[in-house]
Amino acid sequence: MEKPCQIKSIPLSSFRAAKPEKKQNQHAPAPVRYTYKYREIPLQRDVGLAVREEKEEMGYCCNNSFPASSHVLLTDLSQRWKCPKLQNLRHKGQFHGSQKASKVLAFYGLKAPPYKLDALEPHMSRRTLEMHWGDHHRGYVEGLNKQLEKDDILYGHTLDELVKVTYNNGNPLPEFNNAAQVWNHDFFWESMQPGGGDMPRLGLLEQIEKDFGSFTNFKEKFLEAALTLFGSGWVWLVLKRNERCLAVVKTSNAINPIVWDDIPIISLDVWEHAYYLDYKNDKGKYATVFMNHLVSWNAAAARMARAEAFVNLGEPKIPIA
Amino acid sequence: MALRTLITRKSLGLGLGVSQSVRGLQTVSLPDLPYDYGALEPAISGEIMKLHHQKHHQTYITNYNKALEQLHEAMEKGDSSTVVKLQGAIKFNGGGHVNHSIFWKNLTPVHEGGGEPPKGSLGWAIDTHFGSMEALVAKINSEGAAVQGSGWVWLGLDKDLKKLVVETTANQDPLVTKGPNLVPLLGIDVWEHAYYLQYKNVRPDYLKNVWKVIDWKYASEVYEKECP
Repeated sequence: MEKPCQIKSIPLSSFRAAKPEKKQNQHAPAPVRYTYKYREIPLQRDVGLAVREEKEEMGYCCNNSFPASSHVLLTDLSQRWKCPKLQNLRHKGQFHGSQKASKVLAFYGLKAPPYKLDALEPHMSRRTLEMHWGDHHRGYVEGLNKQLEKDDILYGHTLDELVKVTYNNGNPLPEFNNAAQVWNHDFFWESMQPGGGDMPRLGLLEQIEKDFGSFTNFKEKFLEAALTLFGSGWVWLVLKRNERCLAVVKTSNAINPIVWDDIPIISLDVWEHAYYLDYKNDKGKYATVFMNHLVSWNAAAARMARAEAFVNLGEPKIPIA
Repeated sequence: MALRTLITRKSLGLGLGVSQSVRGLQTVSLPDLPYDYGALEPAISGEIMKLHHQKHHQTYITNYNKALEQLHEAMEKGDSSTVVKLQGAIKFNGGGHVNHSIFWKNLTPVHEGGGEPPKGSLGWAIDTHFGSMEALVAKINSEGAAVQGSGWVWLGLDKDLKKLVVETTANQDPLVTKGPNLVPLLGIDVWEHAYYLQYKNVRPDYLKNVWKVIDWKYASEVYEKECP
């Protein structure tokens, strides 16, 4: 096993090529979107979690998946590592991205919404998205990373696992708030789409009608939940695993239904920061607009389809001989 | 000064706005602010004050009155499960009304003495319990910033132990939920609606600036009443 190398910020451009010479072009202004910082990962672990340096607002970050060749790259680098040129580059600070990183850490990144920040106008303004995603959501990610820096105990989880582990069966650890809020906001952005609203179709609609009576009834329940939630929290449409039906659930602060093993289908953020800039104190109007114009039933249908792999919703059709 | 005392007394009387009695039921109404909406600028903007008072506080009052009526009916009918069910709404909306009523009295414009540190027994008590005003302010700010979600941060007086305490409560829980002997001297609203339009998500900045309009005279009066 190769001795793991301690690598500081190295731009992604140096990994893309297989040839060793390519690495020398680190100081060329490459259109780098990511700066991966590796911590000392033993090679057997292929769990990689990246910290992304934000260059633009658009862009993605792998939360818990890595290019398959990552461990190979580590091997390559550990050889080049001895090359004095690399040492020089490190000193010269020629790396794109963070100059200030002296410690090597890799944790969770900020995932961008699957649409431009002004795509949800006029129902959710660009300003709200800039603040909500750019400040609040980013703050949670950075807060989480800072908390995880302290020790190794929670290292290596996917975000889902981290939320459940830090929930600690009702006795949440301090990291829970940040981890859960990161998860919640990722889910929330994907629960909306430009030109959303309208109604679900086919299987999801049938299931809603089965469990709520009618789509209108479901909508009323959802809006009522948003209005009667005290304080900050979230409203969810979940597929309950044990009862095997859909339900509207409201949770406080950062709690989300995956800690109870339920499967969320859509969510609505009713923390005040989600709607205050656009609707001031009119939470009801915000929730109505969400239902009518923002909610992404496509995303909901995809999640429902995936959920059906885990929850048996129908009676098995046993053929009569 | 006399005018100010007069206003204070008047608003204290109307403070919990006990108004009409319908079928023996006391409902509450929105107390007036003893200052203009814009008088607390630049610490708290006029827009926030207006929304906070006319919309949020009013909503708590409306819902509280509604819950009280429903409770009254349920009690007359002997419908225990409804009585219990309404407790959440009463705690939340009633707490909202109580807390905000205290909050308006905790604030005062700079030209009327806002931000002036307390003299007299409260000042001594703060120095004894916390070391200095700065230490108290720092403690309240850090606890306020640490509140997850919505809530309040309080400077309270433990009536029995005659001690000052800094406490936080969640949502609209009044201070008494943290201890039946606690009397609120100062409460700072750290719900996002209290600062979002002006400070956006930077709650620590709001907490730092709100001290400029805090009315220590009111807090001293309450303190001296409990600890003569």
